This record gives sequence, structure tokens and C-alpha cells, in this order.
Amino acid sequence: MKDLIKIDHLRTHFFSDKNVVKAVNDVSLRVREGETVCVVGESGCGKSVTAMSIMGLIEEPGGKVVGGSIEFDGRDLLKLSKNELRTIRGNDISMIFQEPMSSLNPVLKIGQQIMEPLIVHQKLSKKEARARAIELIEQVGISRAEQIADSYPHELSGGMLQRIMIAIAISCGPKLLIADEPTTALDVTIQAQILDMLREFKKKSNMSMMLITHDLGVVAEMADYVVVMYAGKVVEEGEVVKLFESPKHPYTQGLLKSKPIINQRQDELYSIPGQVPNPLDLTDSCYFHDRCAHCMDICRTKQPVLKGVADQQKAACWLYEEAVVHV
Amino acid sequence: MSDALLEISHLKKYFPIHKGLLNRTVGHVKAVDDISITIRPGETFGLVGESGSGKSTVGRTAIRLIEKTSGEVKFKGINIYDLPPEELRKLRPSMQLIFQDPYSSLNPRIRVGDAIGEALLDHGLVPKAEIRDRVLEVLQSCGLSSYHIDRFPHEFSGGQRQRIGIARALVLNPDLIIADEPVSALDVSIQAQIINLFRKLQETRGLAYLFISHDLSVVEHLCTRIGVMYLGSMVETATRDELFKNPLHPYTKALLSAVPIPIPKLKRERIVLKGDIPSPSNPPSGCKFHTRCPFAVARCKEEVPEFRDAGGGHFVACHLV
Repeated sequence: MKDLIKIDHLRTHFFSDKNVVKAVNDVSLRVREGETVCVVGESGCGKSVTAMSIMGLIEEPGGKVVGGSIEFDGRDLLKLSKNELRTIRGNDISMIFQEPMSSLNPVLKIGQQIMEPLIVHQKLSKKEARARAIELIEQVGISRAEQIADSYPHELSGGMLQRIMIAIAISCGPKLLIADEPTTALDVTIQAQILDMLREFKKKSNMSMMLITHDLGVVAEMADYVVVMYAGKVVEEGEVVKLFESPKHPYTQGLLKSKPIINQRQDELYSIPGQVPNPLDLTDSCYFHDRCAHCMDICRTKQPVLKGVADQQKAACWLYEEAVVHV
Repeated sequence: MSDALLEISHLKKYFPIHKGLLNRTVGHVKAVDDISITIRPGETFGLVGESGSGKSTVGRTAIRLIEKTSGEVKFKGINIYDLPPEELRKLRPSMQLIFQDPYSSLNPRIRVGDAIGEALLDHGLVPKAEIRDRVLEVLQSCGLSSYHIDRFPHEFSGGQRQRIGIARALVLNPDLIIADEPVSALDVSIQAQIINLFRKLQETRGLAYLFISHDLSVVEHLCTRIGVMYLGSMVETATRDELFKNPLHPYTKALLSAVPIPIPKLKRERIVLKGDIPSPSNPPSGCKFHTRCPFAVARCKEEVPEFRDAGGGHFVACHLV
């Protein structure tokens, strides 16, 4: 499979008066054609900022992509002009956000909002766009499409709005769909509907997907390949079955153990002690060291790099460095 | 049952819908429609359901934070809706509430120690001089340190704030805690810490919980008995083991099969429900679930199923069981 998007050593920083927050700190990942890559991590680990950087949505002067490259279909997105980027955004890459309620315009009818990208990007006439919009609403499993097209966002439920968001996202037949926590705000039964639908679209159109989530259950259902992020860095990545069966990084191990699973009750859940470090206090160490049960001296003073630890699996952890003598 | 700590029977809560110039009542949202729950001391009752099913309203009417429409709630054998306000106030310390969002449930201008001690002072439970000691003690049992006492809420992370919320409830030495989605806003690694804290506190203090959540995997880890709500009505109640091994109601089955499980190889039979939860202001006739039920028959449309014992205290409201 060919690489569709290849992110190399991406660094996105946010600036305040005195401080710099390295929200994305040297992240490399790729999505191949037709593949679903899940980016997992807790709040503040930089998963959403990575997605925003791809889309060119980091607003200056608050934040800035300060280094690295994002190669999409052979072109570096970071070097494109605003207009060039705009034609790629919407046509080739589109994005769904977490909160369907706040990502649609409340004073525009649903139909108009679906028609907009079709008119701008696909150069359809108003009439054609309207017909296509109705078709799209039907495709995402909403009946009474005509009526829905003429209603306002507040008249629809969260699950229906997320379907509309998906309809807008797939309207121009993107090669890559970035979904940032698409089901987090929804009920489980609706989540199941939406995930099924995304999977179906992907199969039909050979679209690639980058799915950002904190829910390991969703990852297991959707992913081909998983990237685990912690404090702005990738700590582990690998093929989904292998990563879930034998996670290498202590953080991934901890995450998997601390998730309660139905029909596998434990008296006490494993929990990772402590909390995510303050992004301002990061030093040259493994960022996970003070929460890690296997912490060694080197972990406090030197940062491990991401390297292959098993077949189709990489981790950034000193435990897998041969030069280090295990104590 | 005299040994019950909280006994909710046939509780109803309808919210009026006002419309027009004269603000006439044109209908009702039946948020809670005939719910009965019994919670014994030291027990955890889990209340599950989708958003809009009325589970939070049950929690609030159960301790009379909002008034009921009809029905009865007895706490330690006393009907709390018969009590005059000052008597009810005396009862408040023994029934406490923990909220979902630890960011908006703390006053940003009040130091954490004062926020926790406030209720003690207000209820006059502890002499002023001893309050600080009590607050320190409760902070420690919630996994926070003594130096946290003089800090402000913005200095804490989400998990720590939820610990503060728990500490505020605990400091009054309650018998019952109503926890309304207490871990939903937290990250996985922090969620596990708080779930363990809930369990530890129950063991050491003999607390009873009414645990409201939409997350079945969390409920399974904490609760001894579970009730499933749909559109204001209870559709199934059973002990935890029974409910997870042998769910009877199609809605419970669908909920269980919709929870994503973090095992990529697992292939499951999944019941995917069609559509959304209907509006509680105009619920479907007969069985409220028939519009989304994959097994619905003609009878479900017309007749309201009775909530009955299907054997061994496993209650279910379905014509097909």
C-alpha cells in the first residue's frame, strides 16, 4: 500500500507571554491508502493538535507549526499557499469534529450547509448541489431527507447532526477523512450506528481514515494501525491486534489494564498513578517516568526514541534499549 | 421492607411545556414516569440509560432537590416529601450528591478547603476550631494532600477536582451518595483511580450509592444491582451478575452489545438500534421501546408491558419475555 499522508517530525508549539507549550513535539506518522489509523491518548496529549496541523487550522500568533513536514500525495502541505491548501481541504482531506452541535452554523439550514462545499469545491450549480445534498442525507441513513434539508441544526438530535457532519465531510469524496472524537458526545447505541456507517463508507470508497479517540474500545473496533500519544509525543505504535495483545510501552500497558471491560470484572481496577505532566515542566527525560513502575535512572535524564521493538511495533522506552543493563 | 435506606415508589416527575402568549401548559415532558427503586445500606444501585432517559431526574427527585409530580420517596423510613423545609435540611447531610462536571461544580473563587468545610459550618455539625482538621482528614481519604487545602480550583486537574467533589460530599458523613455520571468527564487512567476510590470509600464507610451512568462497563465494576431506564421508565432491574449474564429486555441487550470492547479480534453479534430515542414529551404508545425494537410485534404497539418478576428478583417490562 502507498502512503497517502506522511507526517515527519512535526512540531506544533503554542506561545504565551513567557512560555512555550510543545503540544506536538516531534511526531511522525503515516496513513496508507485505504487504512484506518487510530490516534489514542488522554486529553492534552496533542492528538487533536496533530489533526489541526494537518488541516492548517492552527491559528497564528497563538500557535504555530514550527518544524517538520506533512506530505500528502507527494506535496508538503506546510509549504502550500492558503489557496492551494483550501482546494486540498474539502476535496481531498476533510474533517469531522467532536461536537456536532457546535460545528454547524445554527442560522443556516442543514441543506445549505451541505451544499456549500459542493458549490465551492465541485463547482456544482445550486440545483445540482441541492439534489446531491438530498442524496447524501439519505446515504447517511436519515429518512425524510427533503424535510431535514430544510430544517435548522437545533431541530435535530446529536446523533443526526453527527450524520450530517459526516455527509458534509464525504460530500466531495475525500481521500482522507480525519475524525476527531466523532462519537464521544454521543450515546453508545448511536455511537454503534455512526461507527458502522463510517466503516461502510470506508469500504465502499477506499477512503483512508485517521480516527482520533481516547476510547480503546473504539480503537479495537475500527483501527488497522494504532498510534499512542503521551504529552505531545508518540510513545508506541503498531498493528492493532499485536498492540492490544502485547503492548510494549508501560503507558499503553497501563491504559489497557485500567479500562473496565464488560464481563471481565476485577475487584480493583489497575490505575496509572499520578497524572499527565504539566506541559510547561517537561525536561529532558521520558515524560512518563514519574508514573512508570519500571522507571530506571536513565529514564529521568534522557529521552528514549521511537524504535522497532517487535514485528510491526515500535515503542519509545528505555526498557527495550539493549545497551541499558536491566536492574 | 423496613431495612431499606432509600425507598422510591412510583415516582413521577413531569415537566410542563409552556407555549404562547398566555404561557399555557400545552403538554408535559414525562422525564420520570413511575419508577420504583429500593436501596439498602451499603449497597450500590446503578442506574443506566441513554441521555434523555430521565436518570438524572430520578437522582434529583430522590433527594428532593426538585419537587416530584407524584409518588413517594422514603429515606430511612421518613417520607421526605412530607417534611417541612427545616426538617428536610437536617436530613440533608446524610444524603449527598456528586455531579458530573468537576469544572463547573466548584466555585472558582473559593479555596478548596473552604468549599469542603462550608457545609460543616452551615449545618453546625462541627465546632469551628475543628473544621480544618476534619477537612484535612477527608482530603486525605480522597487521595489528596494536606497542602491542597488552601488552593483554588483552577490549580487542580479534572481528576483532582472530582476528588474534591467527592470530599465535599463525604465530609458530612452521609449514608447515601447520589453520584451523577461522576467519571464520565475523566480520562481513562484517571477514571480507574476514581472508580477505585468509590469502592474503597464504600468498604471503609459503609456508604450506599445511587450510581447514575451511561457507561455499562463502569457500572458493572461498581454496582451490586442495576436498573436500566428508557424514556422515563424502568425496563429491567436485576443483580449485576444476572443482568450481564442474562439480559432479558431487548434494550438492555442492545446497550450491552453496543459498548465497544478493547479486544480487536473479538467478533460479536451486535444489535444495532435504528434511530434516536423518541421525545419524552410525546412518547410512543404501548411499549415505549417498540419504535426501535428489532423484535417488536403488533401487541407492543398497543399494550404497555407490565414490569414484572421474571424469576429470582429479575424484573423486566417486555411482552416477549
